[in-house]
Amino acid sequence: MSDARPPLVEMRGMSISFGGVRAVDDVSLDLQGGEVVGLLGHNGAGKSTLIKMLSGAYRPDAGEIRIDGRPAAIHSPRDARRYGIETIYQTLALAENLDAAANLFLGRELRSGWGTLDDVAMEVETRKVMARLNPHFAKFKEPVRALSGGQRQAVAIARAIHFNARVLIMDEPTAALGPQETRQVADLIVQLKKEGIGIFLISHDIHDVFDLSDRVAVMKNGRLVGTARTRAVTKDEVLGMIILGTCPSAAIPGPGALAAGGA
Amino acid sequence: MDSSLSGASERATAPQRRSFADLFRATEIDARLVGMLGALALIWIGVDILSGGAFLTPRNLWNLSVQTASVAVMAAGMVLVIVARHIDLSVGSILGLVGMIMGVTQAEFLPKYLGFDHPLIWVIALAVGLAVGAAIGLLHGAIVAYLGVPAFIVTLGGLLVWRGCAWWITSGRTVAPMDDAFRRMGGGIEGAIGATWTWVVALLAFAAIVWRTLHARSRRRKVGFALRPVWAEVAVAGLACLAVLAVVLVANSYDLPLRVAERIAAERGLVVPPQGLAIAHGLALPVLIAVGVGIVVTFLAQRTRFGRYVFALGGNPEATELSGVDTRRVTVLVFVLMGMLCAVAAAISTARLNAATNAQGMLDELYVIAAAVIGGTSLGGGLGTVAGAMLGALVMQSLQSGMVLMGLDTPLQNIVVGFVLVVAVWLDRLYRSRTLKGRAG
Ligand SMILES: Nc1ncnc2c1ncn2[C@@H]1O[C@H](COP(=O)(O)OP(=O)(O)OP(=O)(O)O)[C@@H](O)[C@H]1O
Ligand SMILES: [Mg+2]
Repeated sequence: MSDARPPLVEMRGMSISFGGVRAVDDVSLDLQGGEVVGLLGHNGAGKSTLIKMLSGAYRPDAGEIRIDGRPAAIHSPRDARRYGIETIYQTLALAENLDAAANLFLGRELRSGWGTLDDVAMEVETRKVMARLNPHFAKFKEPVRALSGGQRQAVAIARAIHFNARVLIMDEPTAALGPQETRQVADLIVQLKKEGIGIFLISHDIHDVFDLSDRVAVMKNGRLVGTARTRAVTKDEVLGMIILGTCPSAAIPGPGALAAGGA
Repeated sequence: MDSSLSGASERATAPQRRSFADLFRATEIDARLVGMLGALALIWIGVDILSGGAFLTPRNLWNLSVQTASVAVMAAGMVLVIVARHIDLSVGSILGLVGMIMGVTQAEFLPKYLGFDHPLIWVIALAVGLAVGAAIGLLHGAIVAYLGVPAFIVTLGGLLVWRGCAWWITSGRTVAPMDDAFRRMGGGIEGAIGATWTWVVALLAFAAIVWRTLHARSRRRKVGFALRPVWAEVAVAGLACLAVLAVVLVANSYDLPLRVAERIAAERGLVVPPQGLAIAHGLALPVLIAVGVGIVVTFLAQRTRFGRYVFALGGNPEATELSGVDTRRVTVLVFVLMGMLCAVAAAISTARLNAATNAQGMLDELYVIAAAVIGGTSLGGGLGTVAGAMLGALVMQSLQSGMVLMGLDTPLQNIVVGFVLVVAVWLDRLYRSRTLKGRAG
């Protein structure tokens, strides 16, 4: 299958250091359209840093990103958006003093024929997306500062799904959500997957990841321990990858796998 | 800012006993602005009483409006600078330098080629000033945005550099007089537009208020959003029109000095009636310029992408960057705008003084920043309104002129202004923390 069609996203040999600390070290990972890849690892493993290189927030020291098999020049968040890569950041990245609509359309404002901001149109669109994510949401005129953690997260998710993403990066999208909202996001992921969108899902909840993802990728100390089809491994095996860095036989080991692994 | 046209209306439609607070909320008037107007009214009445009725006269109010214009113009730009989490300490020095350049241009350079009183002199001088202001702003902005030097330091340097440059141009000599047409920008008898034109301006303002109200309403109806109750729309538009009317009536009841009126009458071939001649000043040009600047900058802040990005930058610079906004460009533009507004203020103040002096604009940076902050601009960024800052300028100028009328010494004036600044910001904080709690609950 992968011979017939190049992967939607292909990251090869991605590396970045912050003042001597190798936050991400030679990580290669790919993603197909309609596939969910769960990215797992301890705090500080380098998950957010890896995906921030894909979303244009960081410029890698080394490595190559390919989209549809062609090298992609991603030097800024704007470039990433142009390739259809949308990101829900762990920090949510919302301007607290602006309302939901202004945040949703930040950088891509709708404008009237005169070139002025069309706030009414943006609010109409925002109401539509939010209805899908958080039907009870009503604070369309308050600054985001006045929203709850879950409501903010809904705004961040709405922003990522509104613009016809091809690749969706979700960095702990349900961290602040209650059980019901978490289920809504899970439904949303299933639905987006059906639409052919490729999704990187970062989460500390291994159950969520197992329920939703087709493959898991585990990082440890900035290096890739390995990737595996979710159905081919057990939760305990994945926990072993996260904690010890061991790679079970059903997984494809990465550079970060413990040498004394299965083989 | 952009929430002024809706929001509360949805809550207000609930069937319940309406308290005054509910009624007020239905009008969706910015409560902060009302508070500031109330404070201004208190100051005016208090000073009027203490000065034995010398304050609330058409003459004094007219002068007050002219004196406020220059700082108000700069305050409009300072709001955006502070909202974007920067500061500009150099505005007074930019005013000084640009004023000096415009002075030399019109009084010494251009007359050599065009002769004195050439009709283009004021245009060229103003254009040169705007260009220099923009260039200085561009330099500041570029250093802040691309070299990463904090605006506080860059503009502190600018404060010294530009004042020094201003001195250098003429070695400290005062340049005077200014071109006659240029002087109109400073107000005075020649710089007032007269009663008829003042009424024309008023009618335009009425039309704009009505159009705005109807336009916003029809736009919201089209997409099915909740509408403000009709009485509230009428009340708000009516109040705005009344305010315009009050300003016009004051400006039109300040008469020109008798000798000037007689001269004008003679020029127009009018017969001077036996009881004397009353020709009104009407609005002053610098005031119209300041109001125009206020409208333009408010438009930029609320209705354009640039303004949206300035506020986003103040709210969360990292998020703005991650949203694909070219934040450096926005920063540069903010300082360019500030520089150009300094040039406008410089034109007003050199025209008013009829001279360009080396001390022009000294300490203005403090008044401008104070005006913005009194007007509700948060030094933490992301929060502020142009109207508030310009009102803040009026509050400060009222205090100062009032104290002069009352015969207070300068040191005491400074003490009062400093005290008011701190109290105003404290009250603002109190108000903000209360409204935020109210919203969360
Ligand atoms: N901007 C930065 N400057 C310096 N160090 C950084 C920066 N961003 C990340 N790091 C470091 O890189 C490493 C990886 O961080 P990263 O945020 O990618 O971890 P993570 O896997 O997302 O962890 P978490 O599960 O806590 O979100 C950490 O050691 C972190 O301290
Ligand atoms: Mg992270």
